[in-house]
Amino acid sequence: MLMINILGALLIAVIIYWFWLYKPKQVQSNNNKITIVVNNGVYYPAHIKVAADKKVTLTFNRQDSAPCAETVVFPSLDISKTLAMGENNTVELPALKVGEYAFHCQMQMYKGTLVVS
Amino acid sequence: MSNNKDTVQNFIIEGANCGSCVAKIEKALKSVSGAQRVEMNFADRSVQVEGNASSAELIEAVENIGYKAKPMNSESEQDALDEKAKADNAHYKKLMRNMVLALGVGAPLMLYGLIFDMSVTTNAQRIGWFIVGIVTLVVMAIAGKQFYNGAWQSFKNHTANMDTLIALGTGTAWLYSMVVVIAPSVLPEVARHVYFEASAMIIGLISLGLAFEVKARGRTSEAIKRLIGLQPKTARVVRDNKEQDIAISEVLKNETVRVRPGEKIPVDGEVIEGRSSVDESMLTGEPMPVNKSEGDTIVAGSINKSGTLLFKATHIGSETTLASIINMVKRAQNSKPSIGRLADVISGVFVPTVMIIAVLAGLAWLNFGPEPSIAYAVVAVTTVLIIACPCALGLATPMSIMVGIGKAAESGILIRNGEALQTTSKITTMILDKTGTITEGKPTVTDIINFNGSDKVHVLKLAASLESGSEHPLAQAIVSYAENEDITIEKVSDFNAVTGQGVTGRLNGQTLLFGNEALISQHNISIAEAKEQAEQLASAAKTPMYFAIDTQLQAIIAVADPIKDDSAEAIKRLQKKGIHVVMLTGDNQATAKAVANKVGIKDFIAQVMPDDKASEVTKRQAKGEIVGMTGDGINDAPALAQADVGFAIGTGTDVAIESADITLMRGSLQSLGDAIAVSSATIVNIKQNLFGAFIYNVAGIPIAAGLLYPFFGILLNPVVAGAAMALSSLTVVTNANRLRFFKPSKS
Repeated sequence: MLMINILGALLIAVIIYWFWLYKPKQVQSNNNKITIVVNNGVYYPAHIKVAADKKVTLTFNRQDSAPCAETVVFPSLDISKTLAMGENNTVELPALKVGEYAFHCQMQMYKGTLVVS
Repeated sequence: MSNNKDTVQNFIIEGANCGSCVAKIEKALKSVSGAQRVEMNFADRSVQVEGNASSAELIEAVENIGYKAKPMNSESEQDALDEKAKADNAHYKKLMRNMVLALGVGAPLMLYGLIFDMSVTTNAQRIGWFIVGIVTLVVMAIAGKQFYNGAWQSFKNHTANMDTLIALGTGTAWLYSMVVVIAPSVLPEVARHVYFEASAMIIGLISLGLAFEVKARGRTSEAIKRLIGLQPKTARVVRDNKEQDIAISEVLKNETVRVRPGEKIPVDGEVIEGRSSVDESMLTGEPMPVNKSEGDTIVAGSINKSGTLLFKATHIGSETTLASIINMVKRAQNSKPSIGRLADVISGVFVPTVMIIAVLAGLAWLNFGPEPSIAYAVVAVTTVLIIACPCALGLATPMSIMVGIGKAAESGILIRNGEALQTTSKITTMILDKTGTITEGKPTVTDIINFNGSDKVHVLKLAASLESGSEHPLAQAIVSYAENEDITIEKVSDFNAVTGQGVTGRLNGQTLLFGNEALISQHNISIAEAKEQAEQLASAAKTPMYFAIDTQLQAIIAVADPIKDDSAEAIKRLQKKGIHVVMLTGDNQATAKAVANKVGIKDFIAQVMPDDKASEVTKRQAKGEIVGMTGDGINDAPALAQADVGFAIGTGTDVAIESADITLMRGSLQSLGDAIAVSSATIVNIKQNLFGAFIYNVAGIPIAAGLLYPFFGILLNPVVAGAAMALSSLTVVTNANRLRFFKPSKS
């Protein structure tokens, strides 16, 4: 029984580490432009580095028919876009200040971050 | 759309296989007149052209050098909608197919379990259940493919979502059952029970819920679909003296367009020829058709009722009023009011939290549960994972906003974003500008009182002749009144406008004077006999003006800005809701008082300079009031911006859409009450959704974990949890859809 309890505690630790503590790999954008594929419940890449004080162009290629995938929201920028299925959907963002900007679908199932530096 | 300046057009190039093609294609495109910047992306074979070149010419240029080009994302909104409906439909069918497959296996199994026992004791049973287990696995892999795929992908990306929960829940149930079948000896005898039916049923029920949700979601965007549907696909233009039907995107600015009776107006324009009544109700919510003739503006999406109109296109493509309405509504529908923020935070950490709770629940059963504790633990873990649905929480706000803002747009109320909607439902003080808001904003002649034996028609003729030189709105009221009476206006010599007093001039050797008391008394003309009547007029919200010839008073002509028919009723409606209504005006005290009395406003401030309106708003805000300000959107811009919610009120489609938090396309003040009613109803709907989602998750999880078991012996069946998960987000979407039937009551 002790073993099982220790295993359970370990499992909880793994969950906490994997979903909350882990710092995801960031992908560098090319000249502040990048294509993000929306498929299988995720944005790929989801963590994107962009340069500050320069317009950002994100192209969302939606391959996922789940209704959650339909809208991408940038809450702190008050920008949102409905993504057409099977197409490239371009979102233009204004020049951003240094910081992290989250984006996600309406239900926060799909999540991503723009890391502006 | 393809022809206005600074347009960006995108094409997909076919047949370009080498890097060197890029330069060739770019060169060909640049040679097309109007193309300013051309940039080709070889990686995805797309090319972007800036400038006002026609798309047909660009495609031709590419074809001339041996490649093919087809426009990308250039389809009309209507086409995009059709495509989305098609995609939704395909998705719906797929989900229904998955549901049939999963329930087809799950339901008989469940029935069997209810009648017989699903325990594994004999070897024959083991073989039988092993086959069932494999069949279940195949069904899960086919019908639940998207869930497992999604779960794996998001796991790799260190995120977790609904798929994760479904995959873990159904996976746990299946794995445990398979252990029972393959290695029963590791488990106590009483725990040798299989749960294959749960895995299949859960997949089936959730697919069913998602399928219904896809349908219901389609309905939430009905309002925007209706708006998009207002735009016709073709327009009839006059080119080279010939009329031809062309695609709407090909219409050029300043081109002459013809609309026949019963047709929709394709682009915004100015009438050059013809008379007709035009129904703008889909855009403005104003039920009465508007008469249009030469010089009037017409907007895309309205319906030409009676006559044929020839007009000049002034705004095309994305510049039309309809396009900006669609744009604004779309943007607003995707924005969120702060009321949904907590739900966002929770749904952001929801799934890992639920996973931890599931582990804890499993441990609790194993440690303290009755025998067979392992079986109980598996049921509890599966049920906790399945019952919790972050979707309901995440959907609660956006679905209601979508429907509410769309609903408002249908009645000509354009709400900028979710925050404006939320604040509108909380307004405690409403400040109204007088001119153009409570009143029509167009002064008209109300009374003519003659003196010294003068004749009404004669007086009017002279007064109108004199005033025809003046730009003043009061002067225009007199001129148009005379025109309506078919009085011919003559030319006046020595015209002189005295600022703040009136005008003078000469006609047929006589000196004409028209203005206020100051002007008349300066010329030593007696008005003693008229004074009392003038004061009476003033106290009835009218502006009396004196007309004199040479040295003798001839008449008082009174002009007033009539109060809109339903202003008083609309204001009463606001007051009934407990909103304190205030009127501001630049007019004099007497007029202000008279208007305020007529419409039932006790709190009014006269002679307010435009700049002081904003500080009046600030003053009220400082007292803790949540202030709405209603004005015409142009003169009142600073006050509208200062207010918690600025309402720009316009007549029909003239109003500047971008100028305020809420734009009221219909001139009536009733829209104000409607806007507040729609906002309140939407916020109530959001609260219901959030409450439902919270209760469901907050109460559902402990019950699923087995908290009720020690007291009542209740432990939820995983299948019930699956049904609940399917129902929860469906409930939210359906509740939001109820808003579609909302009708603001007039009282």
